[in-house]
Amino acid sequence: MDELKTTILEYVIDEYVEEDDDIEVDFETELISGGLVDSFSMVSLKRFLENKYKIQIPDADASPEAFDSVNSIAALVERFRNA
Amino acid sequence: MTYSTPIREGYRQELDAIREAGLFKQERSIHSPQSAGIRVEFPEGAPERDVINFCANNYLGLSSHPDVIAAAHAGLDARGYGMSSVRFICGTQDIHHQLERKLTEFLGTEDTLLFPSCMDANAGVFEAVLDAEDVMIADRLVHASIVDGMRLAPAVRDTYKHSDMKHLERKLQEHQDKRRRLIITDGVFSMDGDLAKLDEIVALARQYDAMVFVDDSHASGFIGRTGRGTHEHCGVFGEIDIITTTLGKGLGGASGGCVSGRAEIVEMCRQKARPYLFSNTVAPMIVAGTLKVLDLIFTDTSRRDKLEWNTEYWRQGLIDLGFDIKQGDSPIVPVMLYNAKLAQDVSRDLYDEGVYAIGFFFPVVPKAAARIRTQLSAAHDKEHLDKGLAAFAKVGAKHGILGLGKQEIVDRFGT
Repeated sequence: MDELKTTILEYVIDEYVEEDDDIEVDFETELISGGLVDSFSMVSLKRFLENKYKIQIPDADASPEAFDSVNSIAALVERFRNA
Repeated sequence: MTYSTPIREGYRQELDAIREAGLFKQERSIHSPQSAGIRVEFPEGAPERDVINFCANNYLGLSSHPDVIAAAHAGLDARGYGMSSVRFICGTQDIHHQLERKLTEFLGTEDTLLFPSCMDANAGVFEAVLDAEDVMIADRLVHASIVDGMRLAPAVRDTYKHSDMKHLERKLQEHQDKRRRLIITDGVFSMDGDLAKLDEIVALARQYDAMVFVDDSHASGFIGRTGRGTHEHCGVFGEIDIITTTLGKGLGGASGGCVSGRAEIVEMCRQKARPYLFSNTVAPMIVAGTLKVLDLIFTDTSRRDKLEWNTEYWRQGLIDLGFDIKQGDSPIVPVMLYNAKLAQDVSRDLYDEGVYAIGFFFPVVPKAAARIRTQLSAAHDKEHLDKGLAAFAKVGAKHGILGLGKQEIVDRFGT
């Protein structure tokens, strides 16, 4: 699970944190409600997860709540990997 | 009963939540034509006040220009009030085609199609020209109307960090398996006032076989040496595949928009873009007024030159006073305050000093990026700017923010 979280965290930082952003992102950081990731830009993260972990996340499950932190995203991925 | 008490109460609670979040928007009644100086009633019922307007998109000062008004009057007399039709049934007059040809020449494209607004142009264009085998790659700060238009299209959606060409290149590499790639950007970004790096974007598009889309609503008429837009400024005039723009800002300020670009793409919009197919034609007097606007600016750059001078004077004036402003080359000059309440307080105090400038905060701009967005106009005279700067100086001093950088403002007021 830690390796999964670390991979997601690295992707989030690389994909969403801009050069002049003065923020630190960790497993708990609120990504969407905190304003770092908007629901429109979230699609690349969903696609990354689906390709990387060979899963399909239905749109109904790809909610802003489910994608709001690395912890919640990792839990979602785990759910579909084990499905 | 169709509108029962629980339904009404539900809406009232939602509206209360918007108020409590500080996001409730109230219109201010203006009792004069649009101009550098306007007469405003705010709040409703309050005495009218004469204020200097620093928040209109009236970049060239043509919204109430006598020649434009006269041309609109003549258009009203010659071609009537309305067409009572969409374009393709019986809503196209000779002057609609004249305006489309003139816009094509002005923007340096192959063809143009008018829409009721640029919002409609952006809502219709992507669905009309892309399908599920294609990809749209948009700058993360594009206008909301582009986001909405992209949501309506079946193509794959992706985004790149704002003006980050390395990130864009990586996305273009990732999507080489798609049939068509469309890079999507604003020409001038409406909240920050910075310009897209269109020269670099066009170079990447060539390298990775992509098309380029630019919404130049905050540029058409005044950005670039002869005001043709961001593509002229960046040295890629004639090389943009799709330009959308509005007639509702620099180009007279009434309403209407267009898709302009490669002939086949514009034709696809004529055949398939739903806001074009199912919405009324642009009213004849607006078409006639816009034709006059283009006459006025086609060979005469004095208005965009004055706007450029005003912008430089205003930017330097704010910097000299000690405000933290976003750098850029456009007449959008954001004064950064970072804290939402501070932005609202400064806006209110400026109004009391006779300056109309609005505060913007999350979710319109990112969190901790609240600001007063000021916009310059060729209608402003130096006297307007000096009065505006005096008001900013007084209000800035009252709040103790003159000379403070981002961190100092955040330390004092929070985010």
